[in-house]
Amino acid sequence: MPLADALHAAFAEPFMQRALLAALAVAATAGPMGSVVLWRRMAWFGDATAHAALLGVALAFLADLPAPLGILAAALLAALFLHVFSSRETGNDALLGVISHGGLGLGLLALMLSGGGRGRIEGFLFGDILAIGWDDAALAVGLAALVLATLAWRWRGLVLSSLSADLAVASGLKPRRENAILLMMLALVVAVAIKITGALLVSALIVIPAAAARPLARTPEAMASLAALIGMLAALFGLSGAWVFDAPAGPAIVTAALVLFLGTRFFGRRR
Amino acid sequence: MAEAGSEGKRSSRAAAGSAPLLRLDRVGVVRDGRVILEDITLEIRPGEIVTIVGPNGAGKSTLVRVVVGAITPDRGRVWRRPGLVIGYVPQRLALDPSLPLTARRFVALVSEAGEEEIAAMLGRVGTPHVIDRQMAALSGGETQRVLLAAALLRGPDLLVLDEPAQGLDQPGEAAFYRLLENCRREAGFAILMVSHDLHVVMSTSDRVICLNRHVCCTGTPAAVEAAPEYRALFGTGTGGALALYRHSHDHAHDVDGGCLPATPAPAAKAEGPTDGEGTDAAG
Repeated sequence: MPLADALHAAFAEPFMQRALLAALAVAATAGPMGSVVLWRRMAWFGDATAHAALLGVALAFLADLPAPLGILAAALLAALFLHVFSSRETGNDALLGVISHGGLGLGLLALMLSGGGRGRIEGFLFGDILAIGWDDAALAVGLAALVLATLAWRWRGLVLSSLSADLAVASGLKPRRENAILLMMLALVVAVAIKITGALLVSALIVIPAAAARPLARTPEAMASLAALIGMLAALFGLSGAWVFDAPAGPAIVTAALVLFLGTRFFGRRR
Repeated sequence: MAEAGSEGKRSSRAAAGSAPLLRLDRVGVVRDGRVILEDITLEIRPGEIVTIVGPNGAGKSTLVRVVVGAITPDRGRVWRRPGLVIGYVPQRLALDPSLPLTARRFVALVSEAGEEEIAAMLGRVGTPHVIDRQMAALSGGETQRVLLAAALLRGPDLLVLDEPAQGLDQPGEAAFYRLLENCRREAGFAILMVSHDLHVVMSTSDRVICLNRHVCCTGTPAAVEAAPEYRALFGTGTGGALALYRHSHDHAHDVDGGCLPATPAPAAKAEGPTDGEGTDAAG
């Protein structure tokens, strides 16, 4: 069993165990969240939030606060912006474009004006999952549990309002409230996932596993579960690959997800 | 609103069934400065069948969306009996192809009913074979029936249907109305329905409301039997499920749908339906 041996060797080191734990936790939540995001045509949410998070990082440098705090604040702010301004005239996609590029512009400006952080920004852009501590890993697991519990609690409302807002309202639900809860959870997931894949690739963990799960699923629940599973497999294979080939972990995880996506497309079509 | 609620309680004890389920009071909807609905006053009582007819762009779907709560009106008030359960059959279901969904799962999401109930109801509406099919793969008629099954399983006090027979052929439409009538007889819910046809409505309609931004006229439908020419036109296969509604307008409309002064009444007016109480034909 060379594969088992390779995995055993890869995850013998504590830093690899921490990385795996955090990546599995984030993937388990990003899959189901990504499914809802795809149904709502909000695939750019991850990118938009990650770009906006650059502003948060820059402002955190300026205020001498921890960068994760700035990232979280900016992500929540982006979610609030989307919730308040979403309307029929400006679709989610256009609004996400505004947040994405507005955040990037403002963030770069703030970063240059702050004059610092040029070395530290790399971790933000590309992720530093191999450098996280047990506290970071525990935070990822805790957050995953919180988000998954919230998803399960709001599931019917989330699916029904993705399906048809009118039908949801007629069924006594409040789609605007479900939307607000979804955006808030997404902001949390993105803020934590930036640690793992970096801002450039954070959207991949949300979008690719869900898109890979679609051809195999016949119900919303199956798609969400399969997306979680595919994301977790990508985390496992990606991290192993990163160990074996001495490659950066974030891009390796995303590449593994891409391979899985191509695989399900192939099988989905043949069925 | 509190007043309306206490009034509802009183009359339900005195005469069960006569307290309204829903009341629209001078409701108006404006979008982009354009008046979509104006001065709509409407009351639906338990067990009543109310049919809305009207030309394209008359605001029928908007009115339905106000009733189910999807639109908050810009003017006027909407009162719903506390705890009112609405079953809603939308005009169509715009399913995003990225969302996988079997008919079984769809009905469960809307109604929260159990597996056996769902299977039984899909049999009842005549589509037991689609239970494990994808919603996106259903035909127009099958989709309507699955939507109806989901709405019925909610155990509604009021069933709201937006052009449910659209896309069905004449016998299919009659069968759909008969099914609806049978279910209503058993469960006793009220029905608010938009008819896609200006003149043909469910024969058991207690009231027909002709809408053109405002309530043009209301009345009872004349039975199909009374109109042999329509029977000849639509055949006898409807089994009395369809009926003819004769409009009785006291005004005409310009091309934008605005009101013009009353035109000389056509001869048909004398035999037209009487105005329904509670709704005024604004003009």
